[in-house]
Parts: sequence; structure tokens; C-alpha cells
Amino acid sequence: MLSIKNLYVSVEGKEILKGINLEVKPGEVHAIMGPNGSGKSTLANVLAGKEEYEITSGEVTYFNEDLLEKAPEKRAKEGIFLSFQYPVEIPGVPMVNFLKTAVNEHRKNKGEKELKAGEFLKLMREKMDLVEMHTQLTNRSVNEGFSGGEKKKNEIFQMALLEPKLAILDETDSGLDIDALKTVAHGVNALKTSENATIVVTHYQRLLDYIVPDFVHVLYNGKIVKSAGKELAFELEEKGYDWIKKENGN
Amino acid sequence: MEEQDQILNDVTQGDYKYGFVTDIETDIIEKGLNENVIRTISEKKNEPDFMLDFRLNAFRKWQKMKMPNWAYLKIPPIDFQEISYYAAPTQKPKYESMDEVDPELIDTFNKLGIPLEEQKLLAGVAVDVVMDSVSVKTTFKEALAEKGIIFCSFSDAVQDHPDLIKKYLGQAVPVADNYFAALNSAVFSDGSFCYIPKGVRCPMELSTYFRINAANTGQFERTLIVADDDSYVSYLEGCTAPMRDENQLHAAVVEIITHDRAEVKYSTVQNWYPGNKEGIGGIYNFVTKRGICRGVSSKISWTQVETGSAITWKYPSCVLIGDNSIGEFNSVAVTNNYQQADTGSKMIHIGKNTKSTIISKGISAGKSDNSYRGLVKVMPNAKNSRNFSQCDSLLLNDTCGAHTFPYIEVGNKSSIVEHEATTSKIGEDQIFYCNQRGIDTEKAIGMIVNGYAKEVLNKLPMEFAVEAQKLLQISLEGSVG
Repeated sequence: MLSIKNLYVSVEGKEILKGINLEVKPGEVHAIMGPNGSGKSTLANVLAGKEEYEITSGEVTYFNEDLLEKAPEKRAKEGIFLSFQYPVEIPGVPMVNFLKTAVNEHRKNKGEKELKAGEFLKLMREKMDLVEMHTQLTNRSVNEGFSGGEKKKNEIFQMALLEPKLAILDETDSGLDIDALKTVAHGVNALKTSENATIVVTHYQRLLDYIVPDFVHVLYNGKIVKSAGKELAFELEEKGYDWIKKENGN
Repeated sequence: MEEQDQILNDVTQGDYKYGFVTDIETDIIEKGLNENVIRTISEKKNEPDFMLDFRLNAFRKWQKMKMPNWAYLKIPPIDFQEISYYAAPTQKPKYESMDEVDPELIDTFNKLGIPLEEQKLLAGVAVDVVMDSVSVKTTFKEALAEKGIIFCSFSDAVQDHPDLIKKYLGQAVPVADNYFAALNSAVFSDGSFCYIPKGVRCPMELSTYFRINAANTGQFERTLIVADDDSYVSYLEGCTAPMRDENQLHAAVVEIITHDRAEVKYSTVQNWYPGNKEGIGGIYNFVTKRGICRGVSSKISWTQVETGSAITWKYPSCVLIGDNSIGEFNSVAVTNNYQQADTGSKMIHIGKNTKSTIISKGISAGKSDNSYRGLVKVMPNAKNSRNFSQCDSLLLNDTCGAHTFPYIEVGNKSSIVEHEATTSKIGEDQIFYCNQRGIDTEKAIGMIVNGYAKEVLNKLPMEFAVEAQKLLQISLEGSVG
């Protein structure tokens, strides 16, 4: 589904990613872990198509097509979803309008009929239960006045509505208390099928107690320095990142 | 939300949507401006002497005045002798039913999205359609007449209610108030007159659609609204104009007078031809709008959505004479490409305990300049008065400009005047967030801008709010990148 080959990325002349290689197949859950500043969020944003990054070399294919030449909205409509580390507030724009527009853009792209207001509200109610979203939140402006936890729930709620093929969760666990964490993880797991894949970007292991990865990769200094099964996450939790840093000569 | 969708669909269509010309025979008098022209206009309209005197007085004063140059605008020289000051459709229509109306005219309204018959049925709005300066069709007149409400073309009012015109004309905007108001007073062709009698709440929104149609024809509208004691009316004004290469001058005057405890809400959506992407053509819009809260506890609120015109020069104002009277100004002004807008409000507090609010939301894109200019003046006797002003500017790129010129004069110690201002650039993070959900940048900007202007859009009557949302979106097309 997703194939990253030898990817180098710079921001304002500073090299952040230094030769990333990663293969993601349908049905898989990959965790990308690593200390702060290792390039985790950069990788997530590059896949979603954020502009400020300069791709200096390497390639990324998504369903055998060049992903990097596609506009961010095109990537989104083709099934790439980024759950933002810091979801953005858009004052004055009601959640409902925002979501209906997003859902219908996806439907148009697939050649499906756009949903009418009533149909959309029905769909929305269905998906709200999944992450225990409250109606009062969907009546507000996009992310405005949401608590940290509500914002993250809102991201997963949007994921449920848009049904992505590849979901990238960027530090979705940050700022969540244990109950919210469980709710969010429950939502992600419920959306899991053999057809879609998830990349979980996280600093801590605790989210991986609830979203169990098939593969764990350690990103350090712009490179994936270690890949293994879920047991690697426990090892990191126990020993911290220092031994990784030492192994890689720093 | 359906409407929201429609709005989004409309965005995909590129150019100025209402750029078409209706082919109706037009009766135009020769270009040029002198006393004879003014006499001709007055004569053609069969006006009583006091009207001719009013016009001549204004003209003589105008001749001694100079174009104002204090606004933050670059105004190309205007040759007032190159303009024809009167145009009227030759078919003088007084119809019994819609069948008798020129089909071409109906077609025009359909293109504008304001089919008269539908409006009559659905919205319950009485429409006084001004096309090239002469009223073509007035609906609901009888229903209004039952309540004693007068709502008619200005020309009809001059014939049928000369006493009211004589009493109120020029009260809020004196003939020599400013250069363009003087010009309007001299040559105005038509407009609307509305009188709400004591204790009457107007049962429907009153609306007028202005439309400039004949080439090289200056448009000089005159609107006068009088609300007697304890009355209420909501008045809507909406404008669209066909695409033209030559600049067209528009200098309208709107006067509102409210008596004791009366309230007038005046809403405008202005979407005249803004010129092309290179800044060629477009309407020059010099408007004087002023309301006088003459009575105690009376209220006047101006709400405007300004998206059109190459140049906008407009400061809807309130003079709060009656004790406890209230003035409001809510504005969204959008400029794109080479448009220039210098707009804002004046609130003059004269009576005690008077209150005013100014909410201004400027949105600039392209290479445009968008200025807020406002005056809050509290006279020494206006004890315990209050004003709150909020001026926000949103920039869509770094080639456009936003400017704020607030003037505040407070003449006593018991009054409170507050002014807040913000300037922000549209957030790239917000746009990316929308992109990541599958919404392209143009739609994203439309959404974000509508969200930003919501506070003002919410003040508009329902049917207008929808149109205004569309306009915001349409007028910012191609502003990205």
C-alpha cells in the first residue's frame, strides 16, 4: 500500500529525515517511536502533503502511484488520513458543515452521490457513538473551545466518518487521560479491517497497550535505526531511548 | 447545509457571474451636467417646484465644492460632463400581472436569482425593483397600504406624498453635506421611499434591487425611510451590475429618520462589477448613508456586506439625538485584485445614555487595499454614553493591504468608548487542516472567511445571509496562490 524508499526531507535547509525506508501493507499496524526531535511528526506531515517540507531525494508510492506529486486534498480523498498532533481551530465554521463538506468531497472523488443534510446527520450520529462524541461538540465551531482530549476524540471521529485506507495518528495519545486514551484506542481498533492500515506515531509506549502494533520502528536522528515486533515497544518503555542513542553513536 | 453546498458548487464557476446586459430600449438624455440638464430631469419627472429648487440649490453648492481626497483611495479623474444623468426604460410599465412584464426583464431577474413570482410566493418580500433609475414593478403595495405603510418609488412619493418628502428630504443628509451627496441631490433620478406610521410593525422585509444597466449612465439613487413613533421596519438593499469596460459612477444617498422608540434595520449586499483581474473597469461607488435617531429610545442599525465595486467610499452613520437611542454598524468588506475600499461608520452621540456599536470585518486579497475609517464622537451633553468598536482585518496574502483609521472624540467624563482592533493573516495551518480532510484550498478559504465574518452575516435576514455567503466565496475566487 505504502512504500517509502530512501526519503530525505529538509526544512529551511536543515535535513530532518535522512533516508527513511518503510513498507506498509493492508491490515498492518505500524508504530513509529523515537525521542523528541527525531523526525516523527515530519514524516507524518510529509505523507499528508504539508507544504513547508522540501523533499531532497527518495520516493514514496501509495498504491503504486507517486504520492509526493499529489496535492494534499487529493491524498486525503484517496484515503490518507492524518490525525493531527495539534488539531487546528477554525472559528465560526460549524463542525457539521465542515464534516459534511469533507465527507461529500470524498464521495465525489469516489463517484458516489453526495449526502443530503438528513442522510449526513444520520451517518454522523452513527459514528459519534464510536468515540463518545457529544452533540454539543458537533454544534460548535471546528475544534473551538474543545479540551485537549475532545480535540483528539474529534480527530478519531473524523477518521470514522472518512474511513481512510491509511490512517496516520500523530501523537494521538498526548494530552489524554487514561479514560480518553481508552476511548480513542477503542475507536481506532473498531475501525480496523484487513483492508486498511495504521501508522501510530508516538513517544510513549502506553498507547500501544491499547492499539497493538504488528511492527515497531525506532526513528532516531532522521533514520529508522531499529525495526521489530511489538516487544520492542516494551523494551523502549523499560530502558528509555538512551541505549538507542548510544548504539547509534551519540 | 444544502445552501452551503450550493455555495460551494457555485465557486467552481470563474468570472463575475452577473456580467450580462439586458437589451431593453433605454431613453437617455444627452451627456453633460448644467442647470438645463437638472431642469430637464425635474421636468421629465413632472416634479413640483420645491423639488426643482432642492436640486438647483444642491447643484449650485456642488459647483463650488471639490472632490474629497482624504480617503485612502486612488481615484482616477472623473469627467462629470461625460456622464448622462438620466436613463429610463422606454416601456413605462404599470402591470396588472407578471404576464405583462417584458420577458427579457424577467429573464434578467432569473439570472440574478431573484424571480419575482417566486419571491412573492416564498419570501413574503415586497420588491421595489429599480432598473435604470425608474421603478419597474412594485409588489405587495396594497398589503402594506392596509397598514398605512407607504413603500413606493421616490418619483411616486414626490407625486403622491409631497408633504412628507418636503418635510424629510435632506434632513439626515443636507444637500451640501459632501461632494457626492450634493451631486446626488442635484441629479438623482429615482429610488425608494418608505414611511411607517405610528405604532406599526412592518409585517415583511422591504427590499429593493438596484441594477445599473445602460452604458455610461451614472446611477444616482435616493432612498428615504421614515419610521414614526413606535414603528419598526427591516429594509434590504441588494445590488448587482452587468460587466462593463468603462467605469461607472454611482453616488447614492440613503436617509433614515426614526422617531420615538422606532427601529429601522437597513441591510445591504453590494456586489457591483469590481473590475477585471488587472483592475480595468468596475463601479466607482460613493455613497452617503446616514440615519438620525431623532426620537427617544429609537434605534438604527446598518448591516452591510460589500464585495463589489472598483472603489468603495462609504460610511453609514448614525446621529443619536434622542436620549437612550442606539446606533449599530455591522460590516463585512471584501477586496480582491485591484479593488479599493475605504469604508466604516460615524456614530455621533448627542442625546444622553446613547449607545453605539461598530463591528467591522475587512478581508483583503490580491493587490487590493481595504481601509476601515470610523468616527465616534461624544458631545459634551451626551452623558453616560457608550460605544464599542471592533475592527478586524484578515489578509489573504502579502500583496494586499489592510488599514484602520479610527477617530475618537469624547466630550464628557461619564461616557465610555472602547476600541478593539486585530489584524491577522489567514492561517496556513487552517487551510492545511481542511486540505487534509479532502477540501481544496479555494473552498477552505471560503469556509474560513465565512466563519470569520459570521458575526456580521448572522445579523442579516435569512435570505440575504445565504446570498452574502455566496458572494464572499465568489469574490475571493482566484485569490489563492
